[in-house]
Amino acid sequence: MAEALLEIDGLTKRFGGVVAADEFSLMLPAGELHAIIGPNGAGKSTLIGQLTGEVAPDSGRIRFDGLEITNLPVYRRSQLGLARSFQVTTLFPDFTALDNVALSVQAHSGHSFRFWSDARSEIALREPARTALARVGLAERAATLVADLSHGERRQLEIAMALAGRPRMLLLDEPMAGMGPEESIRLVEQLRALKGAITVMLIEHDIDAVFALADRISVLVYGRIIATGDPAAIRSDPAVREAYLGEGAADG
Amino acid sequence: MSPAPKPPVKTGWSIGIVTPRIGLNIAVIATLAVVPAYAALTGNAFALTLFTRVVILAIAALSLNLIMGFGGMVSFGHAAYLGIGGYAVGVLAKEGIGSGFVQWPIAIAAAALYALVVGALSLRTRGVYFIMITLAFAQMVYYVAIGLDRYGGDDGLTIYHRSGFGGLIDLSNRTLFYYLCFGLLLAGTYLVWRIVNSRFGMVIQGARSNERRMRAIGFPTFRYRLVCFVIAGAMCGLAGALLANHTDFISPAMMHWTRSGDLIVMVVLGGMQAMFGPLIGALTFLVLEEGLSRLTEYSNLILGPLLLVVAISIHGGIDGLIVGRRSG
Repeated sequence: MAEALLEIDGLTKRFGGVVAADEFSLMLPAGELHAIIGPNGAGKSTLIGQLTGEVAPDSGRIRFDGLEITNLPVYRRSQLGLARSFQVTTLFPDFTALDNVALSVQAHSGHSFRFWSDARSEIALREPARTALARVGLAERAATLVADLSHGERRQLEIAMALAGRPRMLLLDEPMAGMGPEESIRLVEQLRALKGAITVMLIEHDIDAVFALADRISVLVYGRIIATGDPAAIRSDPAVREAYLGEGAADG
Repeated sequence: MSPAPKPPVKTGWSIGIVTPRIGLNIAVIATLAVVPAYAALTGNAFALTLFTRVVILAIAALSLNLIMGFGGMVSFGHAAYLGIGGYAVGVLAKEGIGSGFVQWPIAIAAAALYALVVGALSLRTRGVYFIMITLAFAQMVYYVAIGLDRYGGDDGLTIYHRSGFGGLIDLSNRTLFYYLCFGLLLAGTYLVWRIVNSRFGMVIQGARSNERRMRAIGFPTFRYRLVCFVIAGAMCGLAGALLANHTDFISPAMMHWTRSGDLIVMVVLGGMQAMFGPLIGALTFLVLEEGLSRLTEYSNLILGPLLLVVAISIHGGIDGLIVGRRSG
């Protein structure tokens, strides 16, 4: 097995009486596309929050690329190469698509205490941003204000922004949410193209997409992983069928 | 889901390359440039006084536009920087230090230091809490000034000699002083324009738009916002030093909370995020205030509702009205 890029060890988080993460442990080797599925309220959002640094765990440790990041602030984790997309699209609506991605490039090219030269004419920011836009098929929408993009285009832009920082790992929080079937298919193709080159943790409701893409799948129920394995193993796991997929849902 | 094309952005009309915005800006700047000549020809010294005040408060509004318009930080205590800059000049003058080369840097540094303290505490909060904390700090400074008996307390302090700059420039020459203020306003506007379009400015504007997302893509937003807050404070401190020289007088009234409100009104009236918005806002506000106060002693009864109507009905202030900015 390849070296682990992300190691999660005994992560626990309670909100009052609700256990959102219960001794959660997982190892992600570099290059793997690992999907996390689970019913609503299983703790998927809490997991993302803890990995990105917006939610502080009660106990447990997170190591990324051999470095303990459990207590690092959000921006440091991003700078280390742990990028995320948001479940609800959160972009900069009064900027163009290219401006949005260029900001992401800028975040990963040194400090921004530069007060004088025009950032919008810096080739060092604009070129990588154009490349990232092209990678998700948005090259022709570069000059369009985010407010004027369609829902699907905004989801693609989310991914372009995550890619623009040249991350080691992507955390994708329900990237298919609210997409039409055609857009979903296109996004699945784009994610497939990233496989191997970049480590991905995919949290997704679209079961078809998950089974089509994932190297391994973990099933999360009440903050605890009840099964981890390749798609075939998960499909046939009786505990998974009972807790999540439901009888007969696994043959699709 | 198919892309939903929206109608193209309405950009308004233009004559050649002169858009209405450029036309208005040129007209305002040209007018300001000839104010001293007008005052001299007509013997209307008051016009020069009024417009010097316009230009100085436009610098203050410009600095507020940097943090409020571009940075989304609604400071309701911005007059405190005017006061601190003014008191630096007044206090030093009273203590026998009359050189502007000492007074002005100290005015700027004191305002910047105050901004650093206020910013470090207030920028951890958001929305109405931020507004209230900046107001509370400004009120504190206001009452400290009232308590300074040696420097006139509540009554204020007359400054007998304007800041001295050796043989370089004589500030008691009112025309020269006006042009100095006007030049500083133009230089300040250019500086703000460079800042907001720089990498730093992108971070500031991004944090206004979506701070959580900025952190997620790797920006430590707090330190950038704090530096922006300090830049604005320093700039407004300079405006305070100018104001003290203009009125030859300092008093706690310089930093009354209503003055902070006036500055917010000027920025909103002129159009947030518009480069010359603060100038146009300050000009409109102060000229209206002056004109109405001559007509009636109840001028605020007219001015208040008028400003309210503008704020509610015109998205983007006067700049938005001229440019025809989309609403919503």
